[in-house]
Amino acid sequence: MPAAANTYRAKRRVRLWAGAALVGTYVLIALIGDRLAPYHPDEQDLFNILGAPDAAHWLGADNIGRDQFSRLLVGTRFTLAVAFLSVVLAVTIGATLGLIGGYFGGRVDAAVTGLVDLLLTVPELILAIAIASVVGAGMTGLIVATTASFVPRLARLIRGRVLEIREEEYVQAAITVGMSDARVLLRHVMPNAVTVIVIEASLLAGQAVLVGTALGFLGLGVQPPAPEWGTMLGAGREYLDVAPHLVVMPGIAISLLIFGFNLLGDGLRDALDPRSRA
Amino acid sequence: MPVISFVALRVLRIVPIAFGVVTIIFLIFKAVPGDQATLMVGATATQAEIDAMRVRLGLDRPILEQYVSHMFGLVQGDFGWSSTFRGNPLPYILARLPATLALMLSAIALTIVIGVPAGVVAAVHHDRWIDHLLTGFVVALLAVPNFWLGLMLVAVLAVQMGWLPSHGFEGPASLIMPTLALAARLIALVARMTRGVMLEELRKDYVRTARAKGLEGRTIVVRHVLRNAMIPTVTVIGLQMGYLLGGSTVVERIFAWPGVGDLLLNAIGMRDYTLVQGIVVVYVAGFMLINLVVEGLYLLINPRLRHA
Repeated sequence: MPAAANTYRAKRRVRLWAGAALVGTYVLIALIGDRLAPYHPDEQDLFNILGAPDAAHWLGADNIGRDQFSRLLVGTRFTLAVAFLSVVLAVTIGATLGLIGGYFGGRVDAAVTGLVDLLLTVPELILAIAIASVVGAGMTGLIVATTASFVPRLARLIRGRVLEIREEEYVQAAITVGMSDARVLLRHVMPNAVTVIVIEASLLAGQAVLVGTALGFLGLGVQPPAPEWGTMLGAGREYLDVAPHLVVMPGIAISLLIFGFNLLGDGLRDALDPRSRA
Repeated sequence: MPVISFVALRVLRIVPIAFGVVTIIFLIFKAVPGDQATLMVGATATQAEIDAMRVRLGLDRPILEQYVSHMFGLVQGDFGWSSTFRGNPLPYILARLPATLALMLSAIALTIVIGVPAGVVAAVHHDRWIDHLLTGFVVALLAVPNFWLGLMLVAVLAVQMGWLPSHGFEGPASLIMPTLALAARLIALVARMTRGVMLEELRKDYVRTARAKGLEGRTIVVRHVLRNAMIPTVTVIGLQMGYLLGGSTVVERIFAWPGVGDLLLNAIGMRDYTLVQGIVVVYVAGFMLINLVVEGLYLLINPRLRHA
């Protein structure tokens, strides 16, 4: 019995480390991608327009002869920046709202819950598209849109967790002995909500990649000639019949990154959340 | 009777929420940078044309007055002046609804037909090769963006094989690829949920009792276990309605499917913010209605909730 339980746990650890390794690789590429790239992302090889993958261009060339491998490497930073920034921002705003609402209760909570309920009636991607269309295409619009679409569900999740924590004896005790609200929140409530936040954040990062590249694909994201993967997919789509590699490769890059974040999130949940252990 | 009172209660509760969210949408679209009238008439317009457009859009009035007349308009089905349709866009938005609904419904149908049996098969063959295969499939599907899946389907089934039309609406065959692209994520989620719940249910006492009674394995699974496993499955589908609405816009764009999402993206391209805003309002109204229906369904299949 213990042996079986151990292999089970070991299997789960594999997911965590595989996810971390995959995401880590992407982070590394984001940092040094431009030095690894064999060509400049804007450099044109006019003899190789829409060229299929070969020795000179490992992943082929696009409609104006740019090296797709180099563009994917350099473009990693856009996708990761959107994922990272939007998740950090959404977690900060969502956690603040959730902590305040869940801890103080009463009218404050009613206001937070009311706002969250309102925003939850807008489908996430529709909210993101609407905001991106208002703010305008580009990196800022992309991050604002992705962040805004994640805040409501984070606030609701964290508020729920805080409501549970608030009833714990140590929190009640801290309040009874006269600790200030800020101190109780920072010293006792926050640390206990962190697990939920970390797990959700890593799963959301995968979602952020999904939303970010979708907006890019729709022409609402980072604008060309920047080598953002979603934008590249949108452009490559026109050449699906003659140069399918322009669609296949960016898609694989996106999917593997999401896969990595999903593995990491599931792995973290298994490792950190005792309730998920069978 | 309780179902009716439930619906009445919910409809009453929806009114203030609808009011609030429409207000938020109004405010979001007030934040469009630059002058909307200038955007809509184009760069070559004269000042007189811009002024005329400003009056037509009501932009010459104070914002509070704009808001009040906007809200009154919405209630009466007047969504404002759209440059694309040179008038109230609501009838045109509604005309696009059936195509979007058809896509969503066929995605849900496909999810039930594939996702539920896949989850059952995986659970019944727990930890055997078919379980691992299906679980691997689920993990892969959850990592693939629907727009990429859609394009890959086009590349293989339309461009390479020539089996299916690559875009537009040319009969039922046109529905196949958009449905697959939209449903993939949902199928994965439902299969995973069904598998998990089935595994839990299969360990329960009533299953052992049924076996002891001499019931056949298939009968136990289909008649007893699956029934209990359906509730979480319906919940998963219900929770993914927002994904279906949002995802349909992307999928419609890929396949030039003549639905609301396609109209939305065209409207953004034309900078017709009246139309964009109107479509968002229609989406939100639809989403609220769908959620109401899902809750009602949930009540129907889960008798325990009826008395709560």
